[in-house]
Amino acid sequence: MTDISSPPRSGSLGTWLRDPNPTSPLQARLHQSWRMWRKLRRNGSALLGLAILLVIALAALFAPLLATHDIFAQDLGNRLALPSGEHWFGTDELGRDIYSRLLYGARITLYIAGLTAVISAPIGLLVGAVSGYFGGWVDTVMMRVTEIFLAFPSLVLALAFVSALGPGINNAIIAISLTAWPPIARLARAETLIIRRSDYISAVRLQGASALRIIARHVVPMCLPSVIARVTLNMASIILSAAGLGFLGLGAQPPSPEWGAMLSSARQFILSNGFVAAAPGMAILLTSIAFNLVGDGLRDVLDPRHD
Amino acid sequence: MADTGTMTKSLSATGRGRTIVLPRLVGGLKTLGSVLVTLLGLAALTFMIGRMLPIDPVLAVLGDNATQDAYDAMAAKMGLDQPLLVQFADYLWNILHFDFGNSLLSGRPVADEIARVFPATMELATLAMIIGTGIGVPLGVVAAVYRNSPIDHVARIVSLLGYSAPNFWLGLMGLVVFYSVLGIVGGPGRIDMIYEFDLQPVTGFFLIDSALAGKWDVFGNVLSHLILPALILALSALAYVSRMTRTFMIDQLEQEYVIAARAKGIGRWRIVWTHVFRNVAVQVITVVTLSYAFLLEGAVLTETVFAWPGFGRYMTNSLLSGDMNSVVGCTLVIGVIFVVLNLFCDILYRVIDPRTR
Repeated sequence: MTDISSPPRSGSLGTWLRDPNPTSPLQARLHQSWRMWRKLRRNGSALLGLAILLVIALAALFAPLLATHDIFAQDLGNRLALPSGEHWFGTDELGRDIYSRLLYGARITLYIAGLTAVISAPIGLLVGAVSGYFGGWVDTVMMRVTEIFLAFPSLVLALAFVSALGPGINNAIIAISLTAWPPIARLARAETLIIRRSDYISAVRLQGASALRIIARHVVPMCLPSVIARVTLNMASIILSAAGLGFLGLGAQPPSPEWGAMLSSARQFILSNGFVAAAPGMAILLTSIAFNLVGDGLRDVLDPRHD
Repeated sequence: MADTGTMTKSLSATGRGRTIVLPRLVGGLKTLGSVLVTLLGLAALTFMIGRMLPIDPVLAVLGDNATQDAYDAMAAKMGLDQPLLVQFADYLWNILHFDFGNSLLSGRPVADEIARVFPATMELATLAMIIGTGIGVPLGVVAAVYRNSPIDHVARIVSLLGYSAPNFWLGLMGLVVFYSVLGIVGGPGRIDMIYEFDLQPVTGFFLIDSALAGKWDVFGNVLSHLILPALILALSALAYVSRMTRTFMIDQLEQEYVIAARAKGIGRWRIVWTHVFRNVAVQVITVVTLSYAFLLEGAVLTETVFAWPGFGRYMTNSLLSGDMNSVVGCTLVIGVIFVVLNLFCDILYRVIDPRTR
């Protein structure tokens, strides 16, 4: 980045950001982000979602500082205790502090969601962009494969993959990623079909740019905004799938404080001690709501074509 | 797909009568062809999942101490010594005859077991769909008509919850509140033990069976078990159906014919139901059909929570005990149902909606 050539000439950072005649690519890019942020700021529910996500991320980051108990320390004399000053959300069936476990569970949930996005988004983006750009039989073959993956409900397909790969958190991530890329591929393809007819693509092609270069430098960046919005929305269902796998005993394994796994072990005591399941479920619900709210907001801002 | 669209348009624009049949036939054949390819792909994918197993299937049958001769004989018997392509052809042949192999757990044919558990899931998903559609469609319509009013916000929150809530957790909490604390619904399972042998299975739908037999006490018991899981499952369908109905309706309400109808002095709700809703009805039916497919998926977790002896619980039990034949069979069946429902929607569009012609 050598193009930070234009520091704020006169006035504050704000005027530099709002300058209608950017003098460097960086300024133009920041200008764009600034405008999007202003648009997003007007969307109250997206901000609420963002705030919830921030709290969850901070809880995950500072879990060791915020936790009041060792998450694996059992206290069999004090099992299934009701919430109290000592244990804010009560204790589970082995007397472990639910509040502290929830904090560490946030780490696992964000780890699963993040890694799944990092695996599935590039695959979907690449498949969609290549398929849409080349068209013809490449498109037919790739979209056929995508449709086959889409023909299964994602949870059932993830279950089948996990059963073949074996239970465990990393296999759950692989299984969910395998089911998460097709919708992204379809979206990226639809975007690419519009982009490839633009004049600037013809201009780049006339300059002799290779297909690879056009896709990587000119098509993919244009698909990114709507893909980002879509991935954020997908996070909600990824989290639900991961928790579902954990609940079935196929995702994170006990004694891991993953929220779905916590619900799974709480299940046996639920009829006598309902509160054991309340907090982990609320945590899943809140995280999923937050991703849905932010995803909706981002879509409004980033994807003008979507109504 | 885009190509067929433009072709259809240009052909039907040049002439009338005869020209309408040909493009529709071509379009239909193309759809059929793509469905067949998708089904073949489903078979290939499930075949691969079945072969991905980290465990050697021969050793799983014979145990670790099998001699090489016994191993080879068993592998030959299971068809595993054949090239993969031949194995796949065998697999295709078998599934075309509804032969998914035998369950490793019970030793019975997987197809029989799936047929046995499926009615329980159908009953649950059907009731959930009826509830979800019955509330979701009117909610979506009203939310679209009174856009940005309190009722629109309520609809938004309900659908947000439907999209975001883990249904297995709702199931657990529902059991705590309505069964354990309030005692107003039946507990886990489809029916109380004492009624279990009171019921002659005819359709496999307990509600219908008990009503046919005129045993209303059994009917009440079945309903008390069914209502909670059905309501919880219905929430996700309700979210999807109401949201999509609202979007479709808003799109139509902005059309000029609505203004024209208003100018003629037709009442607001008359316009909404007889003009606007009729235009979105096909889209709504499509959404409802697709939501039925998603209900079958949601049933996997809901059934586990409610000990519901259906398809979802059968699949998870098979998963947990490593019964690969059953898992692959279940995955395939769900995939085929998805494809068939999608095909149904596609045909519906072609047949009912004149705009697609």
